[in-house]
Amino acid sequence: MSDTATVTPDEVDEEYVPQGDEGDMFGGTPARKPKHFWPSVKRLLGLMRSEKVGLINVVLLVVGSVVLTVIAPKVLGRAMDIVYSGVIGSQLPADVSIDAIIAQARAAGRDDYADMLATADVVPGQGIDFTALGQIIIIVLLMYLVASMLMWAQGYILNALVMRVVYRLREDIERKINRLPLRYFDTRQRGDVMSRVTNDVDNIQQALQQAFAQLVQAALTIIGIGVMMFIVSWQLALLALIALPLSGIIAGVIGVRSQKLFKAQWKHTGEVNGHVEESFSGLDVVRAFGRDEVMLAEFDRRNDELFRASAGAQFVSGMIMPAMQFVSYLSYVLIAVAGGLKVASGQMTLGDATAFIQYSREFSQPISEMAGVANMLQSGVASAERTFELLDADEEEPDDAHESLPPRTPGRVEFSDVTFRYEEDSPLIEKVSFTADPGHTIAIVGPTGAGKTTLVNLVMRFYEISGGTISLDGVDIRDLTRADLRSHVGMVLQDAWLFEGTIRDNIRYGRLGASDEEVLDAARATMVDRFVRQLPDGYDTVIDQDSGSVSAGERQLITIARAFLADPSLLILDEATSSVDTRTEVLVQQAMAALRTDRTSFVIAHRLSTIRDADTILVMENGAIVEQGSHEELLATEGAYHRLYMSQFRGEDAEEQFAAEVLAEVDAESGVSAEETTGDEPIADAAVEIAREEEAKSAGS
Amino acid sequence: MALLRLSLKFAKPYWLFIVLVVVLQLASTIAALYLPSLNARIIDEGVATGDTDFIWSTGLTMLIVCLVQVVTAITAIFFGARAAMGVGRDLRRSIYSKVDELSALEVGKFGSATLITRNTNDVQQVQMLVLMTLNFMVSTPIMCIGGIIMALREDVGLSWLVWVSVPSLFVVVGILVFQLMPLFRRMQDQVDDINGVLREQITGIRVIRAFVREPFEADRYADANRALTETSVKVGNLFVLMFPAIMMILHLATAAVLWFGGQRVDAGQMEVGSLTAFLQYLLQILVAVMMGVFMMMMIPRAVVCAERISEVLSSTSSMVIPEGVEELPRRGELEFDSVTFGYPGAEVPVLENLSFTARPGTTTAIIGSTGAGKTTIVNLIPRLLDPQSGQVRIDGVPVNRFNRHQLAQLVGLVPQKPYLFSGTIGSNLRFGSEFATDAELWEALTTAQAADFVAAKPKQLEEGVAQGGTNFSGGQRQRLCIARALAAKPRIYVFDDSFSALDVATDARLREALFATTSESTVVVVAQRVSTIREADQIIVLDEGRIVGRGTHDELLETNPTYQEIVESQLTTEGVN
Repeated sequence: MSDTATVTPDEVDEEYVPQGDEGDMFGGTPARKPKHFWPSVKRLLGLMRSEKVGLINVVLLVVGSVVLTVIAPKVLGRAMDIVYSGVIGSQLPADVSIDAIIAQARAAGRDDYADMLATADVVPGQGIDFTALGQIIIIVLLMYLVASMLMWAQGYILNALVMRVVYRLREDIERKINRLPLRYFDTRQRGDVMSRVTNDVDNIQQALQQAFAQLVQAALTIIGIGVMMFIVSWQLALLALIALPLSGIIAGVIGVRSQKLFKAQWKHTGEVNGHVEESFSGLDVVRAFGRDEVMLAEFDRRNDELFRASAGAQFVSGMIMPAMQFVSYLSYVLIAVAGGLKVASGQMTLGDATAFIQYSREFSQPISEMAGVANMLQSGVASAERTFELLDADEEEPDDAHESLPPRTPGRVEFSDVTFRYEEDSPLIEKVSFTADPGHTIAIVGPTGAGKTTLVNLVMRFYEISGGTISLDGVDIRDLTRADLRSHVGMVLQDAWLFEGTIRDNIRYGRLGASDEEVLDAARATMVDRFVRQLPDGYDTVIDQDSGSVSAGERQLITIARAFLADPSLLILDEATSSVDTRTEVLVQQAMAALRTDRTSFVIAHRLSTIRDADTILVMENGAIVEQGSHEELLATEGAYHRLYMSQFRGEDAEEQFAAEVLAEVDAESGVSAEETTGDEPIADAAVEIAREEEAKSAGS
Repeated sequence: MALLRLSLKFAKPYWLFIVLVVVLQLASTIAALYLPSLNARIIDEGVATGDTDFIWSTGLTMLIVCLVQVVTAITAIFFGARAAMGVGRDLRRSIYSKVDELSALEVGKFGSATLITRNTNDVQQVQMLVLMTLNFMVSTPIMCIGGIIMALREDVGLSWLVWVSVPSLFVVVGILVFQLMPLFRRMQDQVDDINGVLREQITGIRVIRAFVREPFEADRYADANRALTETSVKVGNLFVLMFPAIMMILHLATAAVLWFGGQRVDAGQMEVGSLTAFLQYLLQILVAVMMGVFMMMMIPRAVVCAERISEVLSSTSSMVIPEGVEELPRRGELEFDSVTFGYPGAEVPVLENLSFTARPGTTTAIIGSTGAGKTTIVNLIPRLLDPQSGQVRIDGVPVNRFNRHQLAQLVGLVPQKPYLFSGTIGSNLRFGSEFATDAELWEALTTAQAADFVAAKPKQLEEGVAQGGTNFSGGQRQRLCIARALAAKPRIYVFDDSFSALDVATDARLREALFATTSESTVVVVAQRVSTIREADQIIVLDEGRIVGRGTHDELLETNPTYQEIVESQLTTEGVN
């Protein structure tokens, strides 16, 4: 924990996240490997525990539809047989019995033909039995109809079910975020947390929605078809099974190679994107230094590498489809030949042979589906793992409140022997004691990393102290609920966080129940009103992350107005040092001064003027308060504050004096007393200052 | 349209590959279509007559056909991948060099963020569509037409089944897909929404907790979550209709072939083998149609991307980069001669009729409030922008006569936003002077007050720099940018508010060192603090794009109200008491 470094808004731009393709089918983002696959799968399934009934229904429906779809070709084969027998039968003389014809064929040495006639259900002289054919076709259609309906019902139930699970998962995550200690966010990269709660959840949704149903269905289909093939003809089934290891090997070999190539493709994509991002964001610098050609050459090099990598990756991964198809054609040919031989020799009916061909075709589809699903599942489980890590993180201690405060309190804060540490041996705040009297301003100064921000965060109970006590108006803050405590404290931070919404809504964030009039009053008191009125949409101007309608300084003003509206008993301010232009800076200073009036305030101070005016200055070094007192007292002791003053503020002081002198000269000439303009007495009322500034302005123009 | 034009234009260099893809796909499709016909002959001529030799020999033919099919298909993929990825590469290059050509004005109009997306994600989408087209969409019509021809060859009498089943599949799948597409888009938006809320919750966590607004945020989130879930359920419900519907159509077609085909066989109009072949062809056609419709789902997204890409490629640069001049000026006298600059469409120009001269060995300071046009002046010097009228000259030569390389040698810019590139400290410092020695770099660092912290790094000049320089503090970045300009040893130095992140003491030391190093050069300084510029030889006071005063500090203090006001505002800032 250290003071947040000063960053200008354009530097905290959202990091550019390259979006993957939807789906992994064309080589989307490389699948992350989960660390603990099975435990995570178990837990993922555990999320669905409350949906047990639905899940059982889904599985039953899948089983039903798979069984029907698997049996149907066999029944359809019967239709083929009827057609075939009809054809053969109609060619035979009607007045001869089938046995006689078979005997005749054997006598002629056509044994195969005789066997075939014996197997086929032939009635000599009779054509196709359309009654039987019609019946079978209707039965098959009914089977398929029921199967389709079951499949639809299954999908419908599963879809709603998965969405409920994902809804709850998202809800859990949001709640979790609100219960995690700030420390969790401090110690992790923001982008990482963000991607856990967004990309990873999306990924889980996809895996559950698509992979789950497909996996069950594909597995059952493979089993069902396998069984049916053996029922129809075990010899042909064995022949068809040759395809299984063959497609396995092909998928494996190509899969491994293409995985590698995809990794290379993603690496090169990253490099090209990085270069594009860099040279486009720094375009002015590139041009001003005449680096265009060098950058273009570098781009060409990386672009070419990407071309080679991706052409390779797309080729190898594209091979999978035709290769698998080849296997399936191959088994088709084998079955056609072997089946033909068997039918010709009467060991099998033609209907069974056609049924078999259909089975063998349907067999290869779920196999290649399984490969895709496995990939999706793996990446889904990896995401689930990352999400679970977040859900398992330690939470804040629950509130243990047995005290409460009235809405408005005087605001007396007392630190006694407060110690705070993240890790056992490195204290961030060490035995800090001081008292802030109601209405006083406490300026906290010290070098970067001294613990200034940490100290004020402790007042908010953003972190739990490890020793000592902090009390607000005599009540230990740990005896209050966090909500109660924080509702008494207002905060204005360096990074002017506003949400995406109108200016009015952003100010009202300070007190949700405030009327428009109250919002306006707060805006007026904190100089917001002046610039808002110049905006075309006024208070309805929408603030978004990258719009230029509101400058950094103006954002800061809005955060001040927000705190003003909240009207807290206690105030925590972090003076910004970002480079806003001097005139806005003046406004920010004035608004902060208005906010401080009549309130106990802690100010992480960067301006000499604030420090000088503070009732108490706390000088911090390495997590401890090394000195406390007023400006004059501390300067007189010639200790830490004196050093700090000499190195950091003297220049500012000198500058101020310089400006004062300059103005004195000018004013002397124009006949206004220097005394009046530079003003030695502190003016508490901000309004007076505004008036003065206005006056100066009108005098200037 | 944009998609078509763009793909045609960029596919042109790969016409040979594409012709090969089409020919090979044709061959592989014909091979695939030939198989059922061979199978029919096995049944009709082999099985029915018990001719096992015929079965064997036809089987062998089928095997050969299979091999032909796989070889042609894979070769087609090879050329398809190269052509599609080539289109992607060329698109990226075209956008990149287009952006390079555009002036800061046009780039600003787009914004660098969207240009980055256009050159990465959008190209990716278009490239993927080209790939899918070459891999699948070429073969789909071939499969359809070929399938229909083959089916008709088997039996014309059943052909009406093709005319009924293909359109009905097309319609059913088409309806579902076109209902799904807007929902998909909405779902994507809602995913963005919910992620946006979460992002705000994480970035604003302190504020939310400080104001105890967790319940408020939870409500916002719940709304987004509900909306997303609703749409997802809708999408899912449509989606689960798709597969059963397709299955039903396929099986209805199968049943119809058997029933009506059976009648034709019974009447002696058709053979049994033809019946099975016809069935296979019909299924092949239907599967091809299905694939084609699915592929069409990719099109709308790619169209948007193609439009965005075309927008960049078709924009014209307002700036022409010349060959350059024969000999570079030596003195470096900078002159603005009645320069007016305004953004196109804006009512009021940013700079109006601006004239001043900055001489070698002197410092010219520019001061004025935000929006006065200071940075615009800075951008005009290295010709990042061109004035609408008037001229910017260096030693009498208009800056638009120099090429970029020459300008870079003349002008050393320290931009307001200290941007560093990924690489090392050394590679960044050599940005403007490729062949500078380490000693020269250290010299520049010393002047820029950056030698201390660079020397403290374990790898010193070889220390890595993250993109944008994020591994350095704002002040350090500023000093490195100053050193970068110093290392290039230009004739004219331009500092655009380059000392803002420095503390007063460092600022003072830096200015002192700079003064010594740049004493021979022309120096232009834009600043906020009056103390930074009070020693300047010439101060130009800018207000709303016009020069409202010029002179030395003392002169301006006496005569210039705007300058007085600025000085006063700083006094108020530093001493609100």
